Amino acid sequence: MVYPFFAALTLLTGIAYAVGQRRAVSVADGRLADLHSLPIYHALFTAIGVFVPMLAIFVIGTPLVSWMAHSAALAQFDPSVQADPLRSGVILRDVASISRGQFAGNASPELAQAAKDYAATLATGGWAVFLLAIAAGVAALAASFGVIKVPFRARKHVERFALIVLGACAVVAILTTVGIVFSVAFETYRFFFDPSLSGKPTIGSFLFGLEWNPQAAMRADQGTISTAYGFVPLLVGSLLITFIAICVAGPLGLFSAIYLAEYATPRVRSIAKPILEILAGIPTVVLGFFAALTVAPLIRGLGEAYGLNVASESALAAGLVMGMMIIPFISSLSDDVINAVPQSMRDGSYALGATKSETIRQVLLPAALPGIVSAFMLAISRAIGETMIVVMAAGLAANLTLNPLDAVTTITVQIKTILVGDQEFDSAKTLAAFALGFVLFFVTLMLNYIALRIVRKYREQYD
Amino acid sequence: METLKVDMTAAKRLEAERIAPVTSAGLPAKVVARDVNVYYGEKHALKSVNVDIPDRGVTAFIGPSGCGKSTFLRCINRMNDTISICRVTGKITIDNQDIYDPSLDVVQLRARVGMVFQKPNPFPKSIFDNVAYGPRIHGLAKSRTDLEEIVTASLEKAGLWNEVKDRLNDSGTGLSGGQQQRLCIARAIAVNPDVILMDEPCSALDPIATAKVETLIDELRGNYCIIIVTHSMQQAARVSQRTAFFHLGTLVEEGPTEKIFSAPSDPRTQDYITGRTG
Ligand SMILES: Nc1ncnc2c1ncn2[C@@H]1O[C@H](COP(=O)(O)OP(=O)(O)O)[C@@H](O)[C@H]1O
Ligand SMILES: [Mg+2]
Repeated sequence: MVYPFFAALTLLTGIAYAVGQRRAVSVADGRLADLHSLPIYHALFTAIGVFVPMLAIFVIGTPLVSWMAHSAALAQFDPSVQADPLRSGVILRDVASISRGQFAGNASPELAQAAKDYAATLATGGWAVFLLAIAAGVAALAASFGVIKVPFRARKHVERFALIVLGACAVVAILTTVGIVFSVAFETYRFFFDPSLSGKPTIGSFLFGLEWNPQAAMRADQGTISTAYGFVPLLVGSLLITFIAICVAGPLGLFSAIYLAEYATPRVRSIAKPILEILAGIPTVVLGFFAALTVAPLIRGLGEAYGLNVASESALAAGLVMGMMIIPFISSLSDDVINAVPQSMRDGSYALGATKSETIRQVLLPAALPGIVSAFMLAISRAIGETMIVVMAAGLAANLTLNPLDAVTTITVQIKTILVGDQEFDSAKTLAAFALGFVLFFVTLMLNYIALRIVRKYREQYD
Repeated sequence: METLKVDMTAAKRLEAERIAPVTSAGLPAKVVARDVNVYYGEKHALKSVNVDIPDRGVTAFIGPSGCGKSTFLRCINRMNDTISICRVTGKITIDNQDIYDPSLDVVQLRARVGMVFQKPNPFPKSIFDNVAYGPRIHGLAKSRTDLEEIVTASLEKAGLWNEVKDRLNDSGTGLSGGQQQRLCIARAIAVNPDVILMDEPCSALDPIATAKVETLIDELRGNYCIIIVTHSMQQAARVSQRTAFFHLGTLVEEGPTEKIFSAPSDPRTQDYITGRTG
């Protein structure tokens, strides 16, 4: 009934639109200016009036019908079966596959009867919903004939409907965010405080522990290695790679922004800017294997040439490529804020005999500084949260080191490592991922918040 | 016409008090323009302008908007160089030196020719740093005390010292509009220019702030060659000793302010000052 229903819905809504418009024009009787609302609003009003009840009946009616069909099927069996969710679940699955004709084996007479009842209820109910929806649509259409009059305020109703739809979308977006945050926070809470969980760390040993080894729990038979959930090596790894990335992207991004904003001719700018933005469009998974397969061996080879001992998965390789990833964030945002400095600042400086570079250093950059800082903040929070590049190019070993030539691991890599593969959702190891995610979320949130605050302050300066 | 008459008497009063009298023949010319043409791409914005601007005193440029007053003003410190489509031909000299000579350093030119803009544009820096900006760039101060002296003197000349002396470290953008404009004048004075260009310096200010800036201009005219673009004929009458009238990209006539306002020789000037055009 799904496809016919949507066909009918589209058709009736379309008809309602056309009818509403005609009706408005005909009640105006040649004097369109007398209508309170334009005919298009009457058309939209009628269409909405048909669309909403039809959809509502379908959305509510369909699950109702399937619930009724389930009860009808289960009615064949005795109450003890119905009360047992496991057995009734099996029966319902069988019933569904019989009605789809996919049941392998011989159905018992009870089951066959259940399937028949099930199919009958479903068919009748489906038709009922379908016809009811159409009836409602037609009724609404008919009612609109009486409602549409010259003074009728169709525009007001349409506006209110638009408001409701927009508001509902906003609510969904916000609730989703809140829901995710709460679920992460809740699992994090379980990780630290759930009494049924064995091997969980305390908050202190998580935040300040120097050793990370969640795998040990699985290898209890090996005996010697103990589980450790010390978060510090991961944080240090994340920060080390982010630091390297900023060292790469900071100067490159900022200087190219200055070049684009102040020196490039419009022609060069129109070519160079989109190319930089393409860099932002490269999927990080591509950058990741570029890091792992091209950059890391290159660095290793180079290091060897200088007699340095470079790990094959070094923080440096991951950091360099991550730097490439965030260049566009810094250059594009910085370019925008430098451009946003009013021309009058440049004029004032040039008129005093300042050269271009003096003007940039002493007027434009200080004026744009808040915006540039927030561009860096956003780039940093991107880098900390980045996963694909570090999964491929940084290691898994949680070394606590500041040496960029060593392998390190990051928060994101560990989350991924913990959750890839089969999971028990109530082991300390799995829940550790939530705790890591929570901390990561918190760090990123703080960075974004600071960046936004700075940007807002910067806006006030020129308004 | 009524208000204009009142202002004319003010102009006469100023004329009487003037320190260095300016006559068309008397004073040596500071800025000389010969056959200056300006093009913005295809658009011929300024057509064969010839003018001699005297060494001291205030010269006003008046004329309907879009007639090229700002364009000509920006030729004198070569600010038009910053507009890529702008092309200037002809010759402009300051103290007999061709300012479009390729060997001339535009940085030095702009140190000698200060500019004040229509909208006050202090840098988002402290009041002190705003004024110190030019001296620092040109290396005018040998020490911090030197710099402080320059800043103090410039703020005093701009009549702003008493208002800001206790808050030199506050941001220049936090001042009122009139104070900001006087800060910009102080900033221009600080590099010790001979010529000061002002492009409608009061058009963004309220009447009281305007009066203060006009008084300041009047105080400065004994020591500088000031060129002011204004859309207000009353203002031209109040502050200037000479006036040049621009119309559709040409300089129609130039002469003593009093003569331009009382007995213009060109009918277009007559129409403009009596309010029939523009
Ligand atoms: N940057 C520019 N690019 C193109 N045309 C310009 C530019 N600046 C001024 N013009 C044109 O030159 C003419 C003179 O402008 P302007 O000197 O600003 O006039 P005024 O200051 O007398 O009002 C105007 O027609 C204006 O459109
Ligand atoms: Mg102008």
